Amino acid sequence: MAEITLTGVEKRYGALRVVHGIDLTIAQGEFVVLVGPSGCGKSTTLRMIAGLEDISGGQVRIGGRVVNDLPPRKRNISMVFQNYALYPHMNVRDNLGFGLKIAGQTPDMIAKRVDEAAQILGLADLLDRTPAELSGGQRQRVAMGRAIVRHPDAFLFDEPLSNLDAKLRGQMRAEIKKLHQQVKTTVVYVTHDQVEAMTLADRIVVMRDGQIEQVGTPMQVFNHPANIFVATFIGSPPMNLLPGTISGGAVRLADGSAVPVPPRLTGRAAEGQAVTLGIRADDISPVGHGLSQDGPGAELDLSVVLAEPLGMESLIYTRVAGQEVQAKLYGPRLVNPGDRLTFRLALDRAHLFDAASGRSLEAI
Amino acid sequence: MKRVRGMVLWVATFLLMVVMCVPGLWVILSAFRPNREILAKPPVWVPETLTLDNFGKIFGWGAEQIAIPVGSYFLNSMVIALTSTVIALGIGMAGGYAFARFRFRGKNSVFLGLMLLRTVPGIALSLPVFMLWSRLGIIDTKLGLIIVYVSLNVPFTIWLIDGFFRQIPLSLSEAAQVDGCTRWQAFWKIEFPLAKSGIASAGVFAFLTSWNEFALASQLTRSTDSKTLPVGLLDFTAQFTIDWAGMCAMAVIIIVPALILTFLVQKHLIAGLTFGGVKG
Repeated sequence: MAEITLTGVEKRYGALRVVHGIDLTIAQGEFVVLVGPSGCGKSTTLRMIAGLEDISGGQVRIGGRVVNDLPPRKRNISMVFQNYALYPHMNVRDNLGFGLKIAGQTPDMIAKRVDEAAQILGLADLLDRTPAELSGGQRQRVAMGRAIVRHPDAFLFDEPLSNLDAKLRGQMRAEIKKLHQQVKTTVVYVTHDQVEAMTLADRIVVMRDGQIEQVGTPMQVFNHPANIFVATFIGSPPMNLLPGTISGGAVRLADGSAVPVPPRLTGRAAEGQAVTLGIRADDISPVGHGLSQDGPGAELDLSVVLAEPLGMESLIYTRVAGQEVQAKLYGPRLVNPGDRLTFRLALDRAHLFDAASGRSLEAI
Repeated sequence: MKRVRGMVLWVATFLLMVVMCVPGLWVILSAFRPNREILAKPPVWVPETLTLDNFGKIFGWGAEQIAIPVGSYFLNSMVIALTSTVIALGIGMAGGYAFARFRFRGKNSVFLGLMLLRTVPGIALSLPVFMLWSRLGIIDTKLGLIIVYVSLNVPFTIWLIDGFFRQIPLSLSEAAQVDGCTRWQAFWKIEFPLAKSGIASAGVFAFLTSWNEFALASQLTRSTDSKTLPVGLLDFTAQFTIDWAGMCAMAVIIIVPALILTFLVQKHLIAGLTFGGVKG
């Protein structure tokens, strides 16, 4: 177990910079998820920590030791790859024990550690099979087993669940979480799936274009997004965004209607400033079908464009000030396109961003 | 209707196979028949007498003997074919790995250049090679032929082995390196075993090319120092006669090692890569 520190870490390919000076400290035993759209530099960052990619600038420390120039094998980390990267010509037992064998451990020691890992991951019956004879979930588990047998300082996961079907993905997500609670090793986990990020992470690092947009616990990132990008990337469906201007403590939308917002949000905004009002679908609901009915709110009469029943809730598409907006209806009720309903906007849970920079205007 | 189609296909395949196999079969049969039966008119299709005399003549244990140093030719062929194959495989593995794994300036042009080299007919090179070799003083040496065969085979081995390394996901080598291997160890413990079948097939092809090559060898060799088996076949032609029986017997001697080798490596050729360690 060890702390991982990134200081001004950069990756350049010739003139092209793909990672722009990242600063990040990952505490010992912490589960940190790097999340962002593809091409945001999250995998490259992980591979620089692993030593599979040269570091163009800055410093990476693992357990206090600068590892910039150390090859992967000297960093005492282990990694789970997107395609599992199991050795096809070895059975599960040899796959698990490979790293220990290379390290020159005794056969007894190897057998003991392999059995231990097999026990933790429920692989005991599969030890004599080859990777080709395993299902996707089993391969995934062997890849994790190979990571834990060496008792490394940190686990690096590179989109480990993206090759599994939805059901198995949920299952393996829970297993990874359990595994971390059991072994308590530092984890750096890369994914483009914000659900994985939310459910697994102690802290989420949201990245875009080689830069960190926000670092925080899942709830911090969800409840207090630092900018419009984070607000729309985290949470499903993406947060609704309504352009407007500040006018007398309210946000005046494009159609002239004014939405009064709590002072907490407008605290740092100037009169007449162009802003973007952000509000999640969960916080726009027909009256009587929302999550919370108290606190500051605004009521609007809107017509339904489309309704998608999801069982416990329905996703409703409507329009506010000429802009498409998604709302949620909790508690079953039949809604048809064209129906006019009174929606309540839970404004205490709304967000306000500067239209130009995209930064949150919220005073935290 | 389907049955008729099937029958037609069968017959067509059979005819094609006859065209392809009969000459080979004729050579093998002739190796075990006396010369007069081979030359009989009208031809004797089904052998009446089978004999090992032809081999006896060559190896010098029969009553009749021909003064052809088959032993030396065989040894020359073996040494030249094996050495050039081993060298071509070594270069092929290094080159194939480099083309599959590394990025370097001019990579595509070099690769294309190698492939274009393959398109040059060997015989077109025979005169320049002959002049060069004679200046260097390596005419009629095993070394001379080995160099020629290595350069004939290298583009092919690189191309074939490159293809096999490309099929092995990069993440396997990376996983091995994270697991504690040096890049060199990762190659020998992970990538080499997985590309083994490809390397084996490249080896078989390279060996057979060198083993069977006639045109260049007939130019560049003179004596028992370097003459190979295919060139040795010419020894059976005299000014007025051709000893077909002896020639066929020697052809069989040429065919057998090639067959044995192919059977030995067949497992690898068929086995292919058993993937499954990675998704896909």
